[in-house]
Amino acid sequence: MVTSVTSFSRTGLSDWLIQRVTSLVLLAYFLFIGYQLLGSVDYTSWRALFDQTWMKVFTLMAALSLAAHAWIGLWSVFTDYLTERMLGPKGNTIRLMCQLGASLSLVGYVIWIIVIVWS
Amino acid sequence: MTLRVNVRSTSKDPRPVNLDIGTIDLPVTAYASITHRVTGVLMFFASFLMLWALDMSLTSEASFNAVAAMLASPFAGFILWAIASVLTYHALAGIKHLIMDAGVGETMRGGVIGARIVFALALAAAVVWGVLIW
Repeated sequence: MVTSVTSFSRTGLSDWLIQRVTSLVLLAYFLFIGYQLLGSVDYTSWRALFDQTWMKVFTLMAALSLAAHAWIGLWSVFTDYLTERMLGPKGNTIRLMCQLGASLSLVGYVIWIIVIVWS
Repeated sequence: MTLRVNVRSTSKDPRPVNLDIGTIDLPVTAYASITHRVTGVLMFFASFLMLWALDMSLTSEASFNAVAAMLASPFAGFILWAIASVLTYHALAGIKHLIMDAGVGETMRGGVIGARIVFALALAAAVVWGVLIW
């Protein structure tokens, strides 16, 4: 079963490390956003936060981390459950379709975030 | 929670396989693992909603207020609570992974204790999110 061709970085060791580094970026970002939302937020302060360059960069880092993290995570799930052994002869086709859909969605997420933050 | 997997052999590998997980008494670590996976897949879909909310909140003051008003509705509040709780579980299970990567709690006993701690903290967090939202 050929699955490494659809993995994020082609090697398991590299995927393993990327998964952990991106998790730290996402954890930092969600903790920061959560902290902001727990305080009183209005449009002016929210807009002012995202107008700052460091916040745009932080958000872009989180977006790229999300894409890589979700790609690796979903690949792990797809290659475990969406297989010929689990689903029969159509298993590989179903897995590749799901991988394609997930990957395109994640690229879409990144572009969407860039548009949100830089327009 | 029961995970039932239908197993079929393929023409490429005709050997019989017996891995009906529903018949196996799984340890708490297995439930922690599958929950980490399920919450991860859920976060992929939840990301779409969060991006939509971020987009709306930054577009204009009117759309910011529209999102804020919408989040006050019971249904949106439930979705918000669910996303916060799912994300918290996923983050806690991820932190447990990092701690185990550092060599702490790698034994079966350590894994069981770690999984129980993650479930307990995630449950407590879900209660806290509920109190904060309602």
